[in-house]
Amino acid sequence: MSIGHTLLGLLEAGPRHGYDLKRAFDERFGHDRPLHYGQVYSTMSRLLKNGLVVVEGIEPGGGPERKRYAITDAGVTDVADWLATPEKPEPYLQSTLYTKVVLALMTGRGAAELLDTQRAEHLRLMRELTRRKKDGDLADQLICDHALFHLEADLRWLELTAARLDRLAEEVRR
Amino acid sequence: MNTAPLLEATGLSKAYGPTAALSGADFALRAGEVVAVMGPSGSGKSTLLHCLAGIVRPDAGTLAYDGRDITALSDTARSALRRTDFGFVFQFGQLVPELSCVENVALPLRLNGEKRKAAEARALEWLARLEVDDTAAKRPGEISGGQGQRVAVARALVSSPRVIFADEPTGALDSLNGERVMRLLTDASRDTGAAVVLVTHEARVAAWSDREVVVRDGSVRSSEWAA
Repeated sequence: MSIGHTLLGLLEAGPRHGYDLKRAFDERFGHDRPLHYGQVYSTMSRLLKNGLVVVEGIEPGGGPERKRYAITDAGVTDVADWLATPEKPEPYLQSTLYTKVVLALMTGRGAAELLDTQRAEHLRLMRELTRRKKDGDLADQLICDHALFHLEADLRWLELTAARLDRLAEEVRR
Repeated sequence: MNTAPLLEATGLSKAYGPTAALSGADFALRAGEVVAVMGPSGSGKSTLLHCLAGIVRPDAGTLAYDGRDITALSDTARSALRRTDFGFVFQFGQLVPELSCVENVALPLRLNGEKRKAAEARALEWLARLEVDDTAAKRPGEISGGQGQRVAVARALVSSPRVIFADEPTGALDSLNGERVMRLLTDASRDTGAAVVLVTHEARVAAWSDREVVVRDGSVRSSEWAA
């Protein structure tokens, strides 16, 4: 996720202080991974340097969290461009798992057991997300659903690979 | 907590002609837990469910329910056990089309000898709990697939079973309706203490369970207790 674009988007509703931006981010998007103050300030410094935000005022007491930031027209355009650009699909997990399966076959280790272990771990996380979704609000449900559908896709890949393991073993050992 | 299995199968085998559907499958279910039975098409998961529920008699192996060997029970005795202790939900509801929804839900109670008025009063309570009380007077052909599955869940739960067998209960539903059925089914089973054997090939459905077992080539690959 682009923290910069997300913080910029939060500023579109109106100027905010650094600490207020962090709180708004954590509430809406942070969940398991709240932002560090350091991330907020390094990101805001970069946005400032690129002319996407301006400092509108500074509260007494010093400290970067006291700065009040406002989005610029260029910042608004940047958010619009980001939202209009599709995300690159990330098949990274399958690649790692594929490498593990092939390596297991090449080295004579149990590829089927590897896939079973991974399946159990995927389902464990899916259970956790399902519980969180059940007890959560609509935002929780949507975020958990997104993760659940991705994990489900991985699981389908695991099942398909398990079904093709004999053929893959033949090719790997050729 | 009593961890003795409520239902325990050992070495179940079943063949249809030359095709082995189950080959020495072991399975155990504790009271009140929700277990997903997963596996590819044709792996034997539905046959396992049918054997566990006493719908199909295995060729070999033993099945114990509540500490009692029920492998050799007569067909009549197995039918009685299914009526009193088990509830069923299938992929396509399998409601009786000529009966109204409340009559469908009351059916297991009526078969157990309960009077119509009392049976339908309880059926109505379950329809309300499954959020489909507005379907009470309608016939299955007049309601949606999602409503039909919730009526089927109400029918499975109305006789206070100790085990619910659910075979792809969301297989014919879209994501939202499937999720609603799973939420209501698992909530109701936890409230009543009924265990659930949930056959599914969908991971998102299995994620509503406490643990999963995987059936491959007629045997159960993992059946560890939940932590």
